[in-house]
Amino acid sequence: MEHLEYEFGPWESAKTGGAGATVIAGVVGSGNLEVLIEHCASNGQMRVSVDTSIAGFAQTWQAVMADFAERQRFGNVQLTINDAGATPAVVSLRLSQAAEQWRLQA
Amino acid sequence: MHESLALCGKLFPQGHDVAIEGSLLHGTGKTPGGDIAVLGTLDRAAIGVDLASALASRVLDIVRSHPGRPIVMLVDTQGQMLSRRDELLGNAGYLAHLSKCFELARQRGHRLVSVVYGEAVSGGFLALGMIADQVYALADAKIRVMALPAMSRITLIPIERLEQLCRSSPIFGPGVVNYVKLGALNAVWEGDLAQCLDKAMGSPLEDDQRAARGLQLAGRMQAHPVRQMVLDASK
Amino acid sequence: MEAAGVSNATDDGFYEATARQRVAALLDKGSFHEILPPAQRVVSPHLKELDLPVAFDDGIVIGEGRLDGRKVFVAAQEPAFMGGSVGEVHGAKLTGLLDRAARDRPDGVVLLLDTGGVRLHEANAGLIAISEIQRAVFRARAAAVPVIAVSAGSNGCFGGIGIVARCCDYVVMTEEGRLSVSGPEVIESQKGVEEFDARDRALVWRTMGGKHRYLIGEADGLVQDSAARIRAAVLPWLGTPVPLDLDSLTQEHARLALRLEQFGDAQDALEIWSRQGVKAPQDLPGLDHEAFMNIAVPLRNSSHA
Repeated sequence: MEHLEYEFGPWESAKTGGAGATVIAGVVGSGNLEVLIEHCASNGQMRVSVDTSIAGFAQTWQAVMADFAERQRFGNVQLTINDAGATPAVVSLRLSQAAEQWRLQA
Repeated sequence: MHESLALCGKLFPQGHDVAIEGSLLHGTGKTPGGDIAVLGTLDRAAIGVDLASALASRVLDIVRSHPGRPIVMLVDTQGQMLSRRDELLGNAGYLAHLSKCFELARQRGHRLVSVVYGEAVSGGFLALGMIADQVYALADAKIRVMALPAMSRITLIPIERLEQLCRSSPIFGPGVVNYVKLGALNAVWEGDLAQCLDKAMGSPLEDDQRAARGLQLAGRMQAHPVRQMVLDASK
Repeated sequence: MEAAGVSNATDDGFYEATARQRVAALLDKGSFHEILPPAQRVVSPHLKELDLPVAFDDGIVIGEGRLDGRKVFVAAQEPAFMGGSVGEVHGAKLTGLLDRAARDRPDGVVLLLDTGGVRLHEANAGLIAISEIQRAVFRARAAAVPVIAVSAGSNGCFGGIGIVARCCDYVVMTEEGRLSVSGPEVIESQKGVEEFDARDRALVWRTMGGKHRYLIGEADGLVQDSAARIRAAVLPWLGTPVPLDLDSLTQEHARLALRLEQFGDAQDALEIWSRQGVKAPQDLPGLDHEAFMNIAVPLRNSSHA
């Protein structure tokens, strides 16, 4: 397992419903991952924490997360990922599913 | 003399009439506290539809004929019968039926005490051993979920790693000591078995305390707290 | 506020859906309140040592909701995570839910089972957990709360959980579902391919699949793969516990003894179905649901008195 952490932003918080709102997308199956989005008081940063079963892809994760962060611009959120070997395409899919749901909470 | 009957001799020095019928043993043992119903398996019996049905029949007989009589289950099983026929006929239903009969006995005031004297594996241990109010084992009894080679094949964990884990982790390693630490066994019986039985009969009857014991003994640290969290969660 | 689940389902098919999707599809819209949601991160303490990823809910979604307005508790095993298998935390969540039901007395507990049984990676803890779940099912039943087992998923319902399923008040399956104690691979690996060819899918489903289980009386209901159909099957059972008493167990014992008498020497399901009066047993697996039920309902062995 490899643990990776990133921080992006700062941006304004997306308006979302309720202080305790959380969103989850995906499941921890082979070739898949789950991503949890929660509020977090982080001076506008988007914090990302990844636990992945396939080590050695830090650069790929960096690129995928940076791209996602730039597109969504969610401030004061924590993304936590449990990954079981998803491809970048699947990672992006789950992230965008989660983001869509996060926006719907507004 | 079959080892199971020798065991009965040690458990019931005042006498017993336990007899063997195929893979099943049954009868009555005499103790200072009164008569105890004895039921069990022998020779590492695989519990399939026929044996499960025969055992269940005996449990129902005890419930009908001897209200409230404690039942001691002597457990020696290699687990559920691994056969196409038994699955075809619905072994899950038969093992569940046996479990329900024991549960009925419990609800009607029969104390259930199981003693693993040979092997106790997986589904067999579930339906005949762990269904009891109190579960004991002799020191040389063997308790496990599955043989290591099969576990290695299914989990894809190399067998050397599994062997390592068996030594280092009570969660993994087969054996009575680990099952005590995890809270599943009340105790290992050694020495004067009649005395062990007497002590067991005198213990207070409680609801399922295995998770709490597992926590107390630092063998299973999450089962009890997680269950409690679910109970305490707001509506 | 509960975690929103993202839905990928284009219809209400159950088989392909995740646990979270299944719960959402089964219950009245917006009624689900999850207990120990992912944000609480109640994860397995054992997987890290094995260098395996955890799941925030340890592969089981539990909570309360409404089914056609009636209060129910639900548990759904996530098939993709470790084969839906039962580990220490996963098992404790289920045990806790059943104990909560015994205390709070909803109209029923619905268990969406999709599991290979014990999580071997947690070996002893998994087996003990299953025994604790079994006892908790009995406690819920003693409180007159019906517990309903559903086997409609890709992992089937195997191992100790197969036994637990048959300790519940009711079992409903789909054709795709399976229910058994020992899985085909385990039988083959221990007893040889002659005993059971695990790659013979037709054999697997004839032996352990929904249609056979329904015919032989191991399942109370058989429905099409749809959340709506499962809902409809479960609904009449809410608030209708099956007593666990000497009478009902005596009757069950007689039914099971009769099954052995009638079919104990049969070599295959086809022979059993033939003895049950099915004219063309070889056609049964291929029949669509309605055609199958037309034949099966009058001929099947009863699963209840």
